Amino acid sequence: MSISERPLAGARSGEDLRSQHTHVAQSASKRAVGIHIDGLRKRYGSGDTAVDALKHVDMTVAPGEVVGLIGPSGSGKSTLLKCLGAVIEPSAGRMTLGGETIYDEGWKIRDLRALRRDRIGFVFQAPYLIPFLDVLDNVALLPMLAGRPNAEARQRALELLEALDVAHRSRAMPSQLSGGEQQRVAIARALVSRPPVILADEPTAPLDSERALGVIRILNRMAREFDTAIIVVTHDEKIIPTFRRIYHIRDGRTHEEAGEGRSIE
Amino acid sequence: MISLAGRDILHGWGKFVFTGLGLGLLIGVTLTMAGVYRGMVDDAKVLLDNSGADLWVVQQDTLGPYAESSSVHDDVWRSIAAMEGVARTANITYLTMQVRLTGPGARDVRAMVVGVTPDGPGHPGQPVHLVAGRHLTRSHYEAVADVATGFALGDTIRVRRNEYTVVGLARRMVSSGGDPMVFIPLKDAQEAQFLKDNDAIVRQRARTAQNPALNRPGVPGLLDAVIASQSTNPYVNAVLVQLAPGYTPERVAEPIRRWQRLTVYTRAQMEEILIAKLIATSARQIAMFLVILAIVSAAIVAFIIYTLTLGKIREIAVLKLIGTRNRTIAAMILQQALGLGLIGFVVGKIAATFWAPAFPKYVLLETGDTVRALVAVVVICVLASVLAIRAALRVDPAEAIGG
Ligand SMILES: Nc1ncnc2c1ncn2[C@@H]1O[C@H](COP(=O)(O)OP(=O)(O)OP(=O)(O)O)[C@@H](O)[C@H]1O
Ligand SMILES: [Mg+2]
Repeated sequence: MSISERPLAGARSGEDLRSQHTHVAQSASKRAVGIHIDGLRKRYGSGDTAVDALKHVDMTVAPGEVVGLIGPSGSGKSTLLKCLGAVIEPSAGRMTLGGETIYDEGWKIRDLRALRRDRIGFVFQAPYLIPFLDVLDNVALLPMLAGRPNAEARQRALELLEALDVAHRSRAMPSQLSGGEQQRVAIARALVSRPPVILADEPTAPLDSERALGVIRILNRMAREFDTAIIVVTHDEKIIPTFRRIYHIRDGRTHEEAGEGRSIE
Repeated sequence: MISLAGRDILHGWGKFVFTGLGLGLLIGVTLTMAGVYRGMVDDAKVLLDNSGADLWVVQQDTLGPYAESSSVHDDVWRSIAAMEGVARTANITYLTMQVRLTGPGARDVRAMVVGVTPDGPGHPGQPVHLVAGRHLTRSHYEAVADVATGFALGDTIRVRRNEYTVVGLARRMVSSGGDPMVFIPLKDAQEAQFLKDNDAIVRQRARTAQNPALNRPGVPGLLDAVIASQSTNPYVNAVLVQLAPGYTPERVAEPIRRWQRLTVYTRAQMEEILIAKLIATSARQIAMFLVILAIVSAAIVAFIIYTLTLGKIREIAVLKLIGTRNRTIAAMILQQALGLGLIGFVVGKIAATFWAPAFPKYVLLETGDTVRALVAVVVICVLASVLAIRAALRVDPAEAIGG
């Protein structure tokens, strides 16, 4: 199955949408930073049973870049995503998102919920779509809940679904979609607020290699179109060669290395 | 904005409708229980209204003809009628008993037999709301029955040893216990209250004759007089009084109390006796039921909403992760609980309206009760969703990312 090869309709409209979405808008200089992590540590529990899941993590992802995060089971990948996603608190270190320091030995931002809503898109191994909303409203949900007019939110959602080649299924319920279609809808949902950062946790695990590559192709395209910094956690041998840069994480420490950067267009 | 609750209900409407149906039947039972109580109160009021009386004159220090037994001499009405402010008076007897329909299809009906002087309509104590036939006109062996007895015009019914022909049918003439009334002439009713079987009368006569004090050789006629007084009943249960225009009940009641040495109740006092004393235990019984039904309904709503919420933990974690406000999630659960409650309420109201007429006793569904029930349903739903909302708010958004 092939993901749409036609040029993104969102190239212009994406810019329009971003300018409407002023509370997310970042100055060019701030966005130039993307994600920056510096000496991040995370310890679960305390005393004898303490687990140092992250011992020293350094990582930088530029806007428009897709990097891979790979490592054996239990190495701390999910823990790192949870820290970056502001759902668990790191124990030490610094995290910068779009030029703004969000963590520096303590949260620097009061409303973590709004931070997640406005600046971070999440894509999971399973799509976790809301089963009682149709595809269009699943994507449009966030802006609608943020108080945008329904029509505007749905319009934006539809543009993304078109870009991801699932617009023809926009009125279907999630349970009526194939796994690949569901994953593309989930990506559309993660992108709808034009977040400067997308965190993807094994987004291709349930997909066959062609669909998996399709998802990566979309993520690359979205990164370019919207200047988004994307981290993809994966075990998936099929997609690892597509990254230009890869972070290996082993025993809570990161090592950067160059990837093959194989073309998938 | 988008209504998450509404969309979820629409998506899984079968589940909601069926749960709502079950809850609705429960609410219907609750409404009916309240209706049974209202029916009892209304029966009591109708009983008082239909008697057409402003004052009830009863035996001294008793609670009157409905709540306690009371007997007043059947000539007292004359002296009362002569008092100032009294327009009309009427003797009346009440006796709850089995009335037998004779002839083909014979059966017993529990009824309140009312003895009235055949004065015609307008007089206190007379049957009102006649739907067929005529009023009592003769002094013996005629009856006017409430339609709820199931008797028809021309039927022959048996009260004690005498048979009566049904000449009229009335509507909504019931005792405070909900038993339909059967009106018979006062004289017959007095006899019915008192009348013994033949054997007992024979034995009573023999006993009296053997008493030398009552059967003196030199006093002819004494024994006959004693026996005559033993076998008649000169008592009625109450005297009903209608006031002349311009007189307040208290103003007329006071002299009767003082001079006749009888207890007099006004309409308001009688209502108090019927409602606060006579049906008070039944009312508490029903109140118990209402409380239990409310608790059961609350438990059901709470359980259903809690289960539905637990089934959505994953989605709730995702919603929280992508930045949905706690308020939005709580509102979703609350709205679902309210939606369920409203479905239940509508079903319950319809069910109660349909089955209320089938009840043997009057069930009065008051608009006020319906509104109160709606408020109760809303309150119960809000309380019931608290558990589910707490569970939802405790969900950790990190769960959405998983291991
Ligand atoms: N809530 C927690 N409490 C205590 N220890 C935890 C917790 N979550 C993770 N850990 C531990 O932290 C380490 C890193 O876990 P993490 O889930 O980040 O690994 P992972 O790289 O995502 O593994 P996998 O590839 O299997 O998903 C593991 O040793 C794990 O046992
Ligand atoms: Mg993991």
